[in-house]
Amino acid sequence: VQDRCGCVLMMLCDGVCVQAQKLLRERLCHQKLPDQPVGLDSQYKHLLELLRRTAVHGESNSVLIVGPRGSGKTMLLGCVLRELMSLKEAQKNVLLVELNEKLQLCNETKSLGFLVFQGSFAENLAFLLEALKKGDKSSSRPVLFVLDEFDLFAHHKNQTLLYNLLDVSQSAQTPVAVLGLTCRLDVLELLEKRVKSRFSHRQIHLFSSLSFAQYLDVVRAQLSLPPDFPDPKFSDEWNHSVTKLCEDKTVEEILRRNFNGSKDFRSLHSLLFLAVSRVSVSHSTLREADLIEAWRLISVDSKANVLHGLSILELCLIIAMKHLNDTYDGEPFNFQMVHNEFKKFIQRKSHSIHKFEKPVVMKAFEHLLQLELVRPVDSGVCKVQREYQLMRLMLEHGQVMEALQRYPQCPTDVKQWALSAFG
Amino acid sequence: MSRYITRLRMRRTYKWNGRPVGEDRKLKRKYYESMSISVEGKTEDATVSSGQYILIEGDDDDNPFVAQLHKLYTDDSGKKKTAVVQWFVRMCEVPQNKRKLLGRDPHPQEIFFYQDRSCDNEVDGETILGAVQIEYVPAENSFPEGKSKDILFVKLLWDTKSFKALDPELMQPPQSPKSPPPSSRGPQTRALPTPDLSVMKRAMSGTLTRGSMSTGKMNSSEAESLHSASKLSAAKALSAKRRSRASSGPHVRKKLDLCSPTKNVSRDDVLGEILDEHTEKTLTSKLNTSPTGRISISIRLTPLNLNEEERVFPLSSHSPDKPKLTAHDKDDATSVFLGVQSIGDDDPDSLINTSRTPRKREATPRRAGLRGLKARTPSRRKDSAALREPALAALAEEEHEDSPIQTAATPRSKRKSAQLVSSRIRKQLNVLGNKVDRLSDGDDDDDCFIPTKTDLQSSSDEEEEAKIDSEDELIVKKRRGSRTPRSTEKTRVTARTPRKTPIKKTAPATPRTPRHATPSIPSRSAPARKPGNVLEEARARLHVSSVPESLPCREQEFQDIYNFVESKVIDGTGGCMYISGVPGTGKTATVHEVVRSLQQSAEQDEIPHFHFIEINGMKMTDPHQAYVQILQKLTDQKATPDHAAALLEKRFSAPAPKKETTVLLVDELDLLWTRKQNVMYNLFDWPTRRNARLVVLTIANTMDLPERIMINRVASRLGLTRMSFQPYTFKQLQQIITSRLNRVKAFEEDALQLVSRKVAALSGDARRCLDICRRATEICEHSGSQKNGSGLVGMSHVMEALDEMFSSSYIAAIRCASVQEQLFLRAVIAEFRRLGLEEATFQQVFVQHQALCRVEGLQPVSVSEGLAVCQRLGSCRLLLLEGSRLDLFLRIRLNVSQDDVLYALKAD
Repeated sequence: VQDRCGCVLMMLCDGVCVQAQKLLRERLCHQKLPDQPVGLDSQYKHLLELLRRTAVHGESNSVLIVGPRGSGKTMLLGCVLRELMSLKEAQKNVLLVELNEKLQLCNETKSLGFLVFQGSFAENLAFLLEALKKGDKSSSRPVLFVLDEFDLFAHHKNQTLLYNLLDVSQSAQTPVAVLGLTCRLDVLELLEKRVKSRFSHRQIHLFSSLSFAQYLDVVRAQLSLPPDFPDPKFSDEWNHSVTKLCEDKTVEEILRRNFNGSKDFRSLHSLLFLAVSRVSVSHSTLREADLIEAWRLISVDSKANVLHGLSILELCLIIAMKHLNDTYDGEPFNFQMVHNEFKKFIQRKSHSIHKFEKPVVMKAFEHLLQLELVRPVDSGVCKVQREYQLMRLMLEHGQVMEALQRYPQCPTDVKQWALSAFG
Repeated sequence: MSRYITRLRMRRTYKWNGRPVGEDRKLKRKYYESMSISVEGKTEDATVSSGQYILIEGDDDDNPFVAQLHKLYTDDSGKKKTAVVQWFVRMCEVPQNKRKLLGRDPHPQEIFFYQDRSCDNEVDGETILGAVQIEYVPAENSFPEGKSKDILFVKLLWDTKSFKALDPELMQPPQSPKSPPPSSRGPQTRALPTPDLSVMKRAMSGTLTRGSMSTGKMNSSEAESLHSASKLSAAKALSAKRRSRASSGPHVRKKLDLCSPTKNVSRDDVLGEILDEHTEKTLTSKLNTSPTGRISISIRLTPLNLNEEERVFPLSSHSPDKPKLTAHDKDDATSVFLGVQSIGDDDPDSLINTSRTPRKREATPRRAGLRGLKARTPSRRKDSAALREPALAALAEEEHEDSPIQTAATPRSKRKSAQLVSSRIRKQLNVLGNKVDRLSDGDDDDDCFIPTKTDLQSSSDEEEEAKIDSEDELIVKKRRGSRTPRSTEKTRVTARTPRKTPIKKTAPATPRTPRHATPSIPSRSAPARKPGNVLEEARARLHVSSVPESLPCREQEFQDIYNFVESKVIDGTGGCMYISGVPGTGKTATVHEVVRSLQQSAEQDEIPHFHFIEINGMKMTDPHQAYVQILQKLTDQKATPDHAAALLEKRFSAPAPKKETTVLLVDELDLLWTRKQNVMYNLFDWPTRRNARLVVLTIANTMDLPERIMINRVASRLGLTRMSFQPYTFKQLQQIITSRLNRVKAFEEDALQLVSRKVAALSGDARRCLDICRRATEICEHSGSQKNGSGLVGMSHVMEALDEMFSSSYIAAIRCASVQEQLFLRAVIAEFRRLGLEEATFQQVFVQHQALCRVEGLQPVSVSEGLAVCQRLGSCRLLLLEGSRLDLFLRIRLNVSQDDVLYALKAD
């Protein structure tokens, strides 16, 4: 009976744990809109006021939301639109058109609530303009155009769409609000001058001025379970562990490194997601080790893994190339030079490594070429014999050394060769 | 009708039949009775003679124009054959938006009598395709069945505004001129009693203005007037008939010609009266210099004691009824009575000329001549009315007085307006009482040659009403002048109302093209809220979209463009103009303003109608779409670019008669550039065609566009009429804002000046200026809620707005970047310094970066992390990067100056 009780308890606990994990994963992955954007109050107010005027007064506007990737442009817009739509006067009065660079104008007319036409692009454009022209300030529903990746619209032929949308926003036609989202700070320079003149030059910049303390708060908030979690006991436990975790020195160090790397929440989310995924029934709380492991996974150098999979011969070739790089200060080399360097090593220093035939070395070299650890200088022109084609090593000095340190059962003489200043 | 196509393709030769029936030495014209058309490959020749219905080559091969031939003449060289016609329109020629006015489906063979004075009714004789048969069907009858397909039916009259019942009499052709009109006027004028100077002036002015309106038509005024008379309202045509009837003398044939100047005078004169009297003075001066030396004669009537009558005279004398009146000159009494009658007629309009025009009766020289020379037989209205009958053949005989008289034709009196008018008239008549009686008596007495006299008498009242009605109509038309529906329709086109007939878009099947859907934005459920306070009001006024009452600071440019377009419209010629200027200097706005005011004056009949079309290079996906858009706005047809180009080419090069000037605005001209430049070539070539009547206004940003992108033959056609809009100076910008605000006190004076100076220094773009002001009001509103300021937009607010719009965001971006990003930027600069170059590879920078990390006590980053940092900076365009596939050898440049970076990092 006790056994069974324990089993049920386990199951229950298991259920709760999975539930918590699911909730947190959803939070981290689904990019759900927060209740209130963090640290963007003034921008939020500005944008809301602008859109409210379009919706309520029928005033045409155009605005750009500029901020680095992951700074919350779409999130801000989402929050503003959510609030706007909750206003009674705006609710029924606004048409929203969201455009991505990929979408065609056809879709635009479609999302305006028209029928889908199979006309040509010219017809669609004419139709849209006609429709917008027909409206007037007081009686037509305002249309909000959201242009995601605004800079890509500027690369369209003649910037026709931008010109026309902005022109509508500057003339007495249907009230429109043109909202552009972009991460490019120089986006205005992309616009043709006549397009630029029609743009109202309102820009809302999203630069996060987040301090590390705030950042930690966000981490805590992101990891905490909500008060309405079904199992309060578990949730209390979990939240307590999270608080403790955030005070941990190692964890703080990891978080600070992440914060130093970039302030955006996307990288934080991916870190926390990996950590949360490691939570299991056996250890139902988030621990320091989880976070460290997650950080290790995230921060690992992409080429280090490739280096671990190389054979000793290939590693020797890499070392030879490193020496060549050191000797000739980064000038390109060819296979013959690498082979000579390698032969010198075999003759002088090597005890453990046997002599390889040249074709075998060549084979190893070509494998490195396939892995793109080595790249030809001019990829297109290869009139030269393969042995004499100029190559470059695509590895940093540090990367080679680190790989050697970690390489399992690396012969000592190879290590010493790598460490020696001159080949 | 497709069979005419084949005819068109054939070669036709035209020959006069017989000897000229008359000659006008003054105009050097010879009039012919008929013309034979021989078609290649056919043995028998087709013959058309005046009075017959003919087909005339038109834009549409399937549906050639239909007209009734009135006159045929040749000029002195004998080469050019000209025909004067009365037009008929097919349903397809009626503007689409007016077609529903018919209220029923048109019969496939149905045509309408076309009544529009603005329409030219002189055509090249060689465009005549042949004769056609037309039958008049009374309005109440249904179309006859089983007739040949070639017979066309006419039932209604289309006066470009509405469909009306057609008076069968209109179908009767006016007499064909067998002898030239009287060539000299001098003696006749002398024969007239007491010419009144002012009237003469006015009459003169009338002819003059008319002359200036239609250039090159001066000589043909007779013919033109004839045709115009025929295109005039029913009343006019009637009167023409009457005239011919009344004068039964040997000069009968000339009467038709005589009526022409009448018409000219009447129209313009009425106008003149309606407008200013002071114009008379200027007109007199013109009179003196007028080369044609047309003399108008005014007749001072023996004053009756009735003011109204006198008032009316000027009008009536100019109206086409006049000749009839003149016919009565013989005995004063009759003419006076007629005058009285016409008072009644004109009464509804008498307000126009109340207290104007002192008793004078003015006549154009011709009329005077007519009067002097001939036809003292007093005719009566009734008589003429009696003549209303479907003129079947072109009965140009002098004896047509004897033709059967139709009395029943008074359909109009039944209409409401007619009744209204007639009731008024009755009142008038009561006043005039006896005289009218006397008049009618007198008329009866005189009217001895009309067989159905008695019938007429019995219905005389009705007739009178009918006449009144028609005259009333005529005058209304005059007053509206330029309001011919044709033009209004066109102006609407320019207003860009989509022409697509609104068909409910609930059509279940998805249509293939948007053609049948109404492009529209759903209307909002709650109306837009009006601005609540001063700042909101100011913001609404400052919005670029709000159309100001006037455009300050562009008066000179406005005047230049106005003069250019006006002169072209008046002359009926074509031309090009190139307007350049940086964005936001009011180019398009000024042109629109010009067109607006020209349209206004066209509506007031000061200048001929024109239609305005606008295309924008940016609003089309391909330069060749320009043709499609122009064609669609011009004729509401849809076509492929190639076809549209061909149609337009034809339209602008064919000597099509029914044409008014087209003003075409081409915005963003540089976008119409193609490799062969054929779009631009055509746009500039069309105005140079003789019959195109096209004015092209082009707008672009660069001043030297013609030299830069146009090949020589295009640039040459564009010509040298150029205008450049300078950027606004700060004073002008200030004035623009002030005039927009228009006494709404929302800005401090200094703040305005700051904005305008700042903008003027940067670009002179008015849009920018207005946007900044608008933003400043917002800032003011927000800050105002916190602290109670003056409520006005002050310097601080404006400064903030300026900062927001003009300050670069790079520094802020660098300050807000993460630690590693900042370090990377420093590494970039360090590497640049080391290399002495403004470019470095990622590998080089990365080495620096790691060194810096160690200096800062941070853990060195891996290559992957470093590359991620680099890419993030690249996506913001703080750095300029190559493609990331280059990996370590990615080249890096800074997009900001090094000083800015260092400044931003130092302040941190």
